[in-house]
Amino acid sequence: MQTMPIPRPPLVSFTVPMVAALGAFFGLFVGIANGSGILGLAIGAVAGAALAYGLASYVEDKRTGRLVTIAVFAIVGLILGGVAGLVVLAVIGFVLGWAVYWLDRGTYRSTIPPYAKSGEVLWHNTYKFICGLIFFFLIAPILTIIPLSFNAENFFTFTPEMLSFDPDGYSLKHYRDFFGTSDWQLALRNSLIIAPFATLISVSLGTLAAIGLSQTHVPFRRPIMAILISPMIVPLIISATGMFFFYSTLGNWLEANLGFSQSFVGYVKIILAHGVLGVPFVIITVTATLVGFDDSLTRASANMGAGPVRTFFKVQMPLILPGVISGGLFAFITSFDEVVVVLFVGAAAQKTLPWQMFIGLREQISPTILAVATILVVISILLLTTVELLRRRSERIRGMSPG
Amino acid sequence: MSKLSSTGEQTADAPTPEDAFHESATLEGRDKEPPHGSGEGGPVLAADGTPLKRSLQRALRREKLRALGLIAPLLIFVLVTFIAPIADMLFRSVENQIVSDTLPETTATLQSWDSAGDDLPPEAVFEALYYDLFLASEAKRHTRLGTRLNYEETGLSSLFRSTGRSLDDYGELFQDVLEDHDEIWESAGFWYEMMGTTGDEPGQPELIEAQRDRLEALTGERQTGEIGFVPAAAIGEVLPRTADAYAAFAAYAALEDGDTVAEEEPWEAVFAALASDLRRDGAAEAIAGYDGDGAEELQAALEQAVPEFPETTYREFFLEEDEDWGSLDAWGTIQAYSPSFTPGYFLNAVDLELTADGVSAKPEGQQIYVLLFQRTLFMSLVIMGSCVLLGYPVAYLLSNLPMRVSNLLMILVLLPFWTSLLVRTSAWKVLLQQQGVINDILVWLGLVADDARLVMINNQFGTIVAMTHILLPFMILPLYSVMKTIPPSYVRAAKSLGATPWTSFWRVYFPQSIPGIGAGCILVFILAIGYYITPELVGGTTGTFISNRIAYHISSSLNWGLAAALGTILLAVVLILYWVYDKIVGIDNVSLG
Repeated sequence: MQTMPIPRPPLVSFTVPMVAALGAFFGLFVGIANGSGILGLAIGAVAGAALAYGLASYVEDKRTGRLVTIAVFAIVGLILGGVAGLVVLAVIGFVLGWAVYWLDRGTYRSTIPPYAKSGEVLWHNTYKFICGLIFFFLIAPILTIIPLSFNAENFFTFTPEMLSFDPDGYSLKHYRDFFGTSDWQLALRNSLIIAPFATLISVSLGTLAAIGLSQTHVPFRRPIMAILISPMIVPLIISATGMFFFYSTLGNWLEANLGFSQSFVGYVKIILAHGVLGVPFVIITVTATLVGFDDSLTRASANMGAGPVRTFFKVQMPLILPGVISGGLFAFITSFDEVVVVLFVGAAAQKTLPWQMFIGLREQISPTILAVATILVVISILLLTTVELLRRRSERIRGMSPG
Repeated sequence: MSKLSSTGEQTADAPTPEDAFHESATLEGRDKEPPHGSGEGGPVLAADGTPLKRSLQRALRREKLRALGLIAPLLIFVLVTFIAPIADMLFRSVENQIVSDTLPETTATLQSWDSAGDDLPPEAVFEALYYDLFLASEAKRHTRLGTRLNYEETGLSSLFRSTGRSLDDYGELFQDVLEDHDEIWESAGFWYEMMGTTGDEPGQPELIEAQRDRLEALTGERQTGEIGFVPAAAIGEVLPRTADAYAAFAAYAALEDGDTVAEEEPWEAVFAALASDLRRDGAAEAIAGYDGDGAEELQAALEQAVPEFPETTYREFFLEEDEDWGSLDAWGTIQAYSPSFTPGYFLNAVDLELTADGVSAKPEGQQIYVLLFQRTLFMSLVIMGSCVLLGYPVAYLLSNLPMRVSNLLMILVLLPFWTSLLVRTSAWKVLLQQQGVINDILVWLGLVADDARLVMINNQFGTIVAMTHILLPFMILPLYSVMKTIPPSYVRAAKSLGATPWTSFWRVYFPQSIPGIGAGCILVFILAIGYYITPELVGGTTGTFISNRIAYHISSSLNWGLAAALGTILLAVVLILYWVYDKIVGIDNVSLG
């Protein structure tokens, strides 16, 4: 079915008008931005039609055709509107050049059965376009802040200098601000103190409990599971409210009876709170890893004279390690990202990175936040990659999928 | 992308002790009803000679204990650090001991007052209030009570505060007269000797212990120190009010201030109490029959000072200090909030109030919580709906593409999922501002005039857009994991039987994906109704949720009881949804991407 050659659609009655319409669409916007919408529309339509006819009739090789289109558009853009014009027109050129071959070679039908009617083909491509827009909606806000963080001005939007790709429009000053301000550094340090300890608590206790839960005979499994998962289900604002009351009493008690300093108790409170918030993630990921665990391995190990502890570290642990690590990463990001509980339970001395960002967004709007946000996005990309690799490794070890 | 789901019932192929247990039970059952023609006898024995059944039972118990032992540390940890705080919050939403702790005698005497009538409470209530409030204001706790009651009836806070400052004046009226007649009344030592016992006379230690308990209730801390004062029984009979007031003074001076009682001049309240006792009916006979310490001075005071006491009552004093003490509403509120536990916070949380006449609606202008709950539910539903609208096509696309492509596209879903909530919120703040990126682009394109930039932030629109973006992955992931399991052959079969693409989707595919929609919807809805950070930052005044109000009561208005009650209601809603989620999907199947 897929190998069947797709008939080329009629050039003059299909490809040319379609590309012309696309060109007119772009032309309209460029025209409005430059003063005359109608003129832009007309120029766009003519350019699109000419391009479609020219490429489809005379340039057989797709890649050459597209490159030439982009180059021509870019040069025209450079002449008319400088660097900004170059970028805008190069993008338009790329889209138009791609569209010509996509339409002309019938690629737009390649993922649909050949018997599909034209209405179905139209719907199918519209659907893909809608999905594209949704993906754009998902990812664009995150990507937008990355260039903005290099803004030389204290604005939250693109300055004319940035748009014309003037090097003076860009700077690292917000990053310098982040690494040079004691407020931000204190926040970063606090985050890096609290998150690892909280992760340690949730991972160590959570892994043990997950192993316990996956035994064959666990009395009251469902209520226990419900209690252990509850920190994830209860909205953070409610957890934070409860903790606000309870932890201040607990903190006073610790200070009065065990003689800890106020700042130490402050950290302990947040670490405990974040530890418990991370528990459900560890439980879920580790029990998921244990689903396919072959119990005869532990029996075999016991048979050969290993004690339970040795069996755990030498046999079970290496097999469930991917699950433990990704659970730990979830717990880490939960703590690293958490604001509400810190706001309620912590004191100013325990201000974490998200807290500082929250203040920055609410009170003194400072673009340093964008620099921090960019750093955090990079961290989350790294975490995402790690988790994905671990997941694949885990599936490979357990032979669940070839991937 | 895989669906990570936790273990359900494990189905190990290997024999387990339980299998053996059932087997042995059948074996034994056979023993009891001797099988036809078989000659077996006696229970089956294990290798060590114990009956097999018992030996297996023991093994099973050991296994259960081991599993519990592994779970126990975490379970205790979660119970202490999470469940206990939640329970504490539930308790605080009904707890109301502050009124009866601060004004124990007043609340007790106020019980019999009829709030529906037109009369103010009787003199005895004002008298009790004077002594309760005097101690409370010494301990600086009366303002706390004022703040608490102010939540219910505006104006009570300033009433308590201002009255607390001038309580001394009333006692001084009598103190001055007494001291003018005999300077001995200025002597701390004389007071101490008169009110206390040194051991040879019968004492009333329970009186001072009661004051110790009261201080504990008032300040929340138990003082275990020595008071160094034992009230005398005889003087307690003659001057009951004075004995009480002096005991309160002594306990406070010794425990809270750390002073020696015998060296401290008593409070003005003690003089006021003495004046009350001396003017009481039958005081003359009682004092005539009293022969302990200070009998002569009392007799002299009775004869000379009492006629010169100003003619005033506690009630007149309070009304003079602040005419609000003559307000039936104020007294009605105090009476309504006398019990240790109150539904008041919950009533407030749904725009009702507890008055002396029962439950009634709050004044029009103060009804906000029902509106806020409605708005929270409405906006959560809109967010949930837009997540379905946006998530369904994407999940469908992802589950029908080849693995290699869908894994790539999945990154576009997972990256926002892994990105910090604050990063995403700040991104939307950047995009949606009036001087922000979207408005700039619209202006550049000429779709919007420069002076008519769209207001897209600090309103409901901003909150809905930002939260839809933030919660969308939570819709896509469960949808995807359900759609992945729908066999494509059903749709093909439908088409081959002549269904149009729409019919085959709507009648065949869609019904199979409903569990995913249900799971995603409930997950998104639960997350949305408890959201705080995003509405706080992009919601302005019209886009805030009930959670913002909870945070406000925690950190700004300090009405913690109301915050706890709002939280409890929200928790109840979430738990019901959670239960529904469990019915539809099962808690064991929470997928994490």
